[in-house]
Formats: sequence, C-alpha cells, structure tokens
Amino acid sequence: MVRAMNDPRASLFQGRHLACQRGGRLVFAGLDLSLDSGGALLLLGPNGAGKSSLLRILAGLLHPVAGQLAWAGQDLAEDPEAHAGRTHYLGHHDAIKPVLTVTEMVRFWARLHHDDAAAADRATHSALERFGLGHLADMPGRMLSAGQKRRVNLARLLAAPGQLWLLDEPTTALDRASITVLEAVLADHRAGGGLVVLSTHAEIALPGAAVLHLDRFAPPPEGLS
Amino acid sequence: MNRFFDVVRRDLRLALRQGADSVMVVTFFILTVVLFPFGLGPETNLLERVSAGVLMVTALLAAMLSLDRLFQADYEDGSLELLVLTPAPLELVVAAKMLAHWLSTGLPLLVVAPLLAVLLHLPAEGFVPLLLAMALSTPALSLIGGIGAALVLGARRGGVLLSLLVLPLYIPLLIFSVGAIDAAAQGLESTPHLLILGGFLLAALVLSPWVAAAALRQAVE
Repeated sequence: MVRAMNDPRASLFQGRHLACQRGGRLVFAGLDLSLDSGGALLLLGPNGAGKSSLLRILAGLLHPVAGQLAWAGQDLAEDPEAHAGRTHYLGHHDAIKPVLTVTEMVRFWARLHHDDAAAADRATHSALERFGLGHLADMPGRMLSAGQKRRVNLARLLAAPGQLWLLDEPTTALDRASITVLEAVLADHRAGGGLVVLSTHAEIALPGAAVLHLDRFAPPPEGLS
Repeated sequence: MNRFFDVVRRDLRLALRQGADSVMVVTFFILTVVLFPFGLGPETNLLERVSAGVLMVTALLAAMLSLDRLFQADYEDGSLELLVLTPAPLELVVAAKMLAHWLSTGLPLLVVAPLLAVLLHLPAEGFVPLLLAMALSTPALSLIGGIGAALVLGARRGGVLLSLLVLPLYIPLLIFSVGAIDAAAQGLESTPHLLILGGFLLAALVLSPWVAAAALRQAVE
C-alpha cells in the first residue's frame, strides 16, 4: 500500500478504500478516487448517499473510518495545514456575517489564505467583479439575498489561490446567469491546473469530468449479508 | 502572524458593530455591583470588607455571560469550518479569537472596575492590586472559558452547561485575586498572590488554545 502511494505514476490527489461512518451507520465503503491536475470529479447520488461527507473527508474536516488520502504521494494526515492551504471548501453554509460588508468578508478569507495582504486585496476586488458583486461591495451581509450570499461565498474561491476546490452543491440559490459564470470560472480554474470535486443535483456543465455514483459504494443493507 | 491579527481585527470589528456583547457585559457588571449596597445596607465598614470579593465575583460572572458566543456564531454560520481549513494553525486562530474576546469584554470590565470600587468603599491601597489582579485574571477567564465554549458547541442549552464546566475552574483565580486586594488593604504584601495569578495566566495561555482547538476539530466533524 505504501509503495503504491509513492508510485510516481500515481495521480496527484488520490483516495483509496475510503469508508465513512455517520451516526453509527456506514454510509459508503471501499471508495477509490483519483484526480490529476485539471481534473474534475462530479459526485452524484440520492440524498444521504454521502456526497457531503465525502467532500468533508476530502477537505480534512472529517476523518474516514478506513482508507487513505494522499496528495502527490504524501498522506494528508501528515500535514493537514498544507492541505488546508491548497484547499477551498464550500459547504452548505454561506459563512455570511450580518454586520460585515461583502468586501470585508471576502478579504478576510483571502488574507487568511494569502501570504501577501496587498495581493489578497487586489484578488478580492477582481473576484467580486467576476461574480457581479462589484456594486454590492459595501453592502452588509444582512442585506444580501440567498443567491447573493452564495456568490459572495463563491468569490472566496477566486480571492485566494487554492488548487483543490471542493464544492458542495455550489449552484443552490444561483440564477442561470450566475451558474454560467460559475461554469466559466470552473473551466478557467481547471485550465490553470486546478482540481474540482463537485456535488450537485442541478445541471452544470463540467466537460470531461469523471462521475462518481456514491450509491454504488453503499454497504449492503443489514440482514442480507 | 499577520493571520493572527487578521482574525483579531475581524472579531473586534464584529464585536464593535454588533456591540451587544460588550455593552451587556459591562452593564451586567455595573448593575450587579450596584445591587450589593442596596442588599447589604450602606454601612461603610461592611462594604469595605466585602468589596474585593463582590467586584471579583461579579466580574467573573459578567465575563462568563458572553463566553457562549465566542465560537457559537461562527459554528452556526459555517465560518468555523472555514477557519479550521485555513493554512494557519487552528491553535493560532483560537488564540486570536480568545484575545479578541478579552479585548471586547475583559478590558471594558477592567476600565469600569475602579469606578465601582469607589462605590463599594474599597480602601485606597486596594486600587492598584485590584487593577493588577483583574489585568491578570480576566485574560485567564477568556482563555479558560474558551475551552468551555469550544466543548459545549452544538449542545442545547450550551450556556448553562458552560457555566457548570467553567465556574469551578475559576475558583483559584478568584481566591488569589481577592487575596491580593485584601492583603494590600490590610497593609500586607500582595505580590505573592499576583505572581500566582500570573502563573495561572501563563499556564492558561499555553494550554487553552491547544485544548480548545482540539475541541473545535471535534465539533466540526
């Protein structure tokens, strides 16, 4: 196993035999995945199949009950902060503070991921423009609509460099025009060597993406074995 | 290190714009202390004797009022997950949040305490030790309380549970703070008490961010 992890032919981001348990129930087991730079992985499956759990495992928030994850051959558990530095995670919550303005929120996250504060500020500005939030830059979080909150959260992805994007239903509350922007942003990110793992129930164009049906990794119902 | 101050700045900005926490803590402190002369009667001798204890116990309870919000708001809106997933060590982020908590609640208490001490007829020699004891014990309240706040995340009625967890840990701080003030009021040396308080603060400074960070990692799982 260790030799396989250090195999130079191995993919950049690899998971082997991953298993996840939530609330005492095995959600999925024996799941393998591999992604190379520029690659995309689309997670599909019914509610409760473990899409969000898998994304949280890939982010390092949740520990798999079995299996290993490796980035460029190195086990993630060895250096969780380096993994956090190259990862952008977008979950169900939008992390919007009612009293902070859009710029303040995005800039805060950008600075935490960026070593250079001035570069983070510039990137914040262009990220807001990209998602059509330029006119809302000084708007406090409590005035934003659900779709605008989601776009603020998406702007975080562009405001600081991160090679691995883990997006949990990023299209929720977005209108068609914003989804088109998101598709273009994802394409640019992959063209630049970035990796995308995305779960969705909606239609989103992700050309050349590998598809992972999570329900296929569900353990057999109890009583049958 | 820049990241540390970014987190401090953000939390202070949140505290200033929301305002409620700092104002609530200070108002609670003032109102509760003012209640004592009404309850005990205006006798100068009696107030003089209890003033150190009243001030410290009330400050401690006031500081605890705002503790449950330390991580709760970030936990509820998903910010905590993102804070865990930053390249900065979580311990550093936690320490920054605890510092911001002290600046927005402990420091105002420290400023108001001498005024209330006048009201309670604290002997003149007690003022400097009062300030020193509070300067040493209120940061320790934020640090130790932060552990409790991280542990009760996600629990219903977390605020009550938090008091039960944290209040016993505050007892040594209370004993030595009041000891320092009383010693000075009686013309004795208060330095030993203050040194022990300093020791507590250092230990809390070293241990609390690690323990709280471990609890937070559990909470976001």
